[in-house]
Amino acid sequence: MSAWRQDHGGALIDRDRPLRWRWAGRELKGFAGDTVASALLASGEMLAARSFKYHRPRGLIGAGLEEPNVLVQLGSGAHTVPNLKATAIPLEDGLAASPVNCWPSLRRDLLALNGLVKPFLPAAFYYKTFKWPDWHLFEPLIRRAAGLGRAPAEPDPDFYEHGYERCELLVIGGGRAGLSEALALARQGRDVVIAEAEPFWGGHRKGAGAQADADLDALVDELAALPNVRMWERTLVFGAYDHLSFGLRQQLGTAGDGLPRERLIHLRCTEAVLASGAIERPLLFSGNDRPGIMLASAGEAYLLRQAIVPGQRIGFAVNNDRGWESALAFLQRGIRPAFVLDSRPDPQGEAVEAVRQTGVAVHLGTQVDTARGKGCLRAVRTRCPDGECAFACDALLVSGGFNPVVNLHSQAAGKLAWDDELATFVPDKAGTSGLRAVGRAAGDGLPPVPPIAVPDPEDRRAGSIFVDYQNDVTMRDVALAARESFSAVEHLKRYTTLGMATDQGKTSNVIGLAVMGRLTGRSPGEVGTTRFRPPYDPVTVGAFAGEACGDRLDMPRRLPAHARHVDLGALMMDYGTFLRPAAYPLPGETLEAAIEREVRAVREGVGLFDGSPLGKIEVHGPDAAVFMDRCCVGTMSTLAAGRCRYTLFTSETGIIIDDGVCVHKPDGSFILGTSSGGRQRVFAQLEEYLQCEWSHLAVTLVDVSDQWAVLTLAGAQARAVLDRCGVEIEISPDALPHLGFAEGFFAGRPIRISRVSYSGEVSFEVACHADLADRLAGRLLDIGAERGIVPFGIEALDVLRVEKGFLHVGNETDGTTMPQDVGFAGPLLRKRADFIGRRGASMPVGQAPGRKQLVGLESRDGRKLPVGAHVRIPGGKGSDGWVTSSVLSPTIGRPHALAMIADGRSRMGEEIALWDLGTDNGGCEYPARIIEPCGFDPEGARMRDAA
Amino acid sequence: MLRIECPFCGPRPETEFHCAGDADRRRPQSDAGDATWADYLYVRANPKGLHRERWVHSAGCGQWFVVERDTVSHAILNATPLAHATGIHEE
Repeated sequence: MSAWRQDHGGALIDRDRPLRWRWAGRELKGFAGDTVASALLASGEMLAARSFKYHRPRGLIGAGLEEPNVLVQLGSGAHTVPNLKATAIPLEDGLAASPVNCWPSLRRDLLALNGLVKPFLPAAFYYKTFKWPDWHLFEPLIRRAAGLGRAPAEPDPDFYEHGYERCELLVIGGGRAGLSEALALARQGRDVVIAEAEPFWGGHRKGAGAQADADLDALVDELAALPNVRMWERTLVFGAYDHLSFGLRQQLGTAGDGLPRERLIHLRCTEAVLASGAIERPLLFSGNDRPGIMLASAGEAYLLRQAIVPGQRIGFAVNNDRGWESALAFLQRGIRPAFVLDSRPDPQGEAVEAVRQTGVAVHLGTQVDTARGKGCLRAVRTRCPDGECAFACDALLVSGGFNPVVNLHSQAAGKLAWDDELATFVPDKAGTSGLRAVGRAAGDGLPPVPPIAVPDPEDRRAGSIFVDYQNDVTMRDVALAARESFSAVEHLKRYTTLGMATDQGKTSNVIGLAVMGRLTGRSPGEVGTTRFRPPYDPVTVGAFAGEACGDRLDMPRRLPAHARHVDLGALMMDYGTFLRPAAYPLPGETLEAAIEREVRAVREGVGLFDGSPLGKIEVHGPDAAVFMDRCCVGTMSTLAAGRCRYTLFTSETGIIIDDGVCVHKPDGSFILGTSSGGRQRVFAQLEEYLQCEWSHLAVTLVDVSDQWAVLTLAGAQARAVLDRCGVEIEISPDALPHLGFAEGFFAGRPIRISRVSYSGEVSFEVACHADLADRLAGRLLDIGAERGIVPFGIEALDVLRVEKGFLHVGNETDGTTMPQDVGFAGPLLRKRADFIGRRGASMPVGQAPGRKQLVGLESRDGRKLPVGAHVRIPGGKGSDGWVTSSVLSPTIGRPHALAMIADGRSRMGEEIALWDLGTDNGGCEYPARIIEPCGFDPEGARMRDAA
Repeated sequence: MLRIECPFCGPRPETEFHCAGDADRRRPQSDAGDATWADYLYVRANPKGLHRERWVHSAGCGQWFVVERDTVSHAILNATPLAHATGIHEE
């Protein structure tokens, strides 16, 4: 006993285009215009799924996005998509789909054994079980048994796009109400977009009859011809956001046709109309999930659209006139229902009369009590005024009323009102959401129904009365939630998982809260709904990413002299925002060997480093010096013209956010330097205080970080090389001493030189316009060749600065580090002017004992100390600090590390034990001794030309 | 996706802006007590309803301005340039 297809009719199918497809490995047939769901029914596949928890046999109950039962695995390999609703997949030639959540097959699913232990698996059982002796023992088993479908194991081969659209009027839904509304406003010249999730127009009226279809076609044709109307089918409005902005999912190409698979559209409009229709409710009775039981509107939809008849003996169980209209639709197409049951004692409508006149068996005041049949429907038992009766049937079309699709209205903060006559929630009329509901979405044209019939919750069969099909939530579970005081609607949802599946409760929410209301003496309106959240239907993750994936997710920027570095054999790596040379390994050289070679070259000769990403912010105006004092931890107003000074930058809480070297130019302006990574946050802070706090200061800021490239020559031979490069600046030790600054020219273009040293050697940071970087680098390398100049990268610079005990913001500092922790207590005390973070650093937390302070560490057994290794508190619990930077130092000849240790400055010489998790997570200890951070040339004689 | 009318550039999406919270906090004098500074640094009201906030058009003109926004409905009532801000008193 199963569904079949008539040999005529079906408004959406094209019988001239037969298709072949595969279901669970078997070849089946269909037509263009079928969905996987209608093609399954046409082939009589009533058993099409196994439920999530209990693995109960299930079939289709819906025809659209409300379908909770039949989720399928589409395709295979990299293209496979899990858990798509069979009703939402257009059939294509060669398509392959399989059921999920059953093994080895739908018919013989071993995990149906779960049904035997059902009494022990009520809602929220996992909060109360699988604990002893250890939850982790059960976890792998439960993970394997849980879930649906298989995620693809390969990267998504399809591509996705973002679109940005605007319109005056967005019409959500392309049924008759939406199309009519769109036409009325389009005729006034409004710019209109109509979005319809299905691939066809007309909604539930599609295929209703020759005249109805002709009217629909005329409507669509007129709209399509208007230049101010855009009609987007296969486009779902999945989310409503602030200020009339919406998210739309547009489904486009299939594999290989060059189109994106999905397009995610960000749309903003000035007016939105909600014409999203309504979804029918099922009925509550024992065994209401048997394959063969379907929503009446779904049965009607399959009949009208694909000429599908759901069975051989079809019964109807309804509580409203619309259900009778569905029965009439079958009669008009030559299918005679076996019976119609109506829970109402005396229905009067037109459709009721029309059906009764055909002589179909009609039973009023009658409700279904139980559905019988093992694996599929065979009969229903009812409660009627005469007692109990049984009716044989293999398909039962049910109608318990209709719920307007109010999700988007609610997402946009719209309020809902309970309508007693319709026994449902309708959007309130006050316009709270900014969306105007029309048609069935507003409740118009929906049939009145009696209150939602809830069977006795004490009934011992409550565990077989299903409320939420996809998550296997029964009346017994709702009763359990009420007993355990989870009776608020948001608790009901989380405790039972009702409404949390891929259908998001489209057929279960209202029924569920009606049951809870009955259990707790409240009307459904008083129980209320949970908060609706986007998306309305699942959207592929790739669609949210759009083009921002792979290399394009976080594209690093290139240095002005990028090509030259590549030519020199640089190993380019992503350091924050920029692609920079990690090192320049010679052919056959390991990275470690290259780093060591580069470090030695700088210490013994001369090296060239590209420091272009450094932040350079020009500070101009009569109040520049005052402003500099207020923004830097160091005092800048006392800096002589033509000199540099190192400073930290803090936020108002006193926490270090960056560091840099500032320059006082001879013309009175300053160049505020920041680290490569910190320039944006420092510039933002400067602008904020200048505009909001100190707008009376006459200061202008210009961020010229990208305009100036920086090439650093470092080493004892650096001056000798620079001297012969044609740089028109006096660079003798007297003219340009350490921390001096000078301007001049190279090849007729302005350059600036700062004597700043991060390596601890004599160092010239030469800044030129970015387009000159390659030429200048080439010149320096050419001239330097005879001195054995070596280009060096970030890794070597890191070794050099760690040897010198120079901090790197982000390594030695974290979200708690203040200037006094890293040796800046003196400048803090000496500074007179107020500055950002001054007061923050002097708060009690900044003065408390036990603050972590910057120290050096010597390894006691010759092993390199691991970064992140913690300082054991002897005899105690917890950590006294950790290793922040660590290198194998070719200069010192042993490992050298920096660390932040509680009260470290007063623990010089102390022997400590460091604990590290280790590569095997087993944990290991390293003996170390606290020493000064600087491990080489502590007087700084080398960089001061005083060695 | 809020739609914010920058007083200088016109209506732009919220992703072009950054919000710095309460617009009516005043930076205390540097000699104010710890409690005053702790309040300025860390304590915020979280009003249900109208909130005056500072926003900056970081992906646009870079200017700071004040927005009056309803924290429940997200409706934006107005966006005005900063009045002349008070700051550190001159010594």
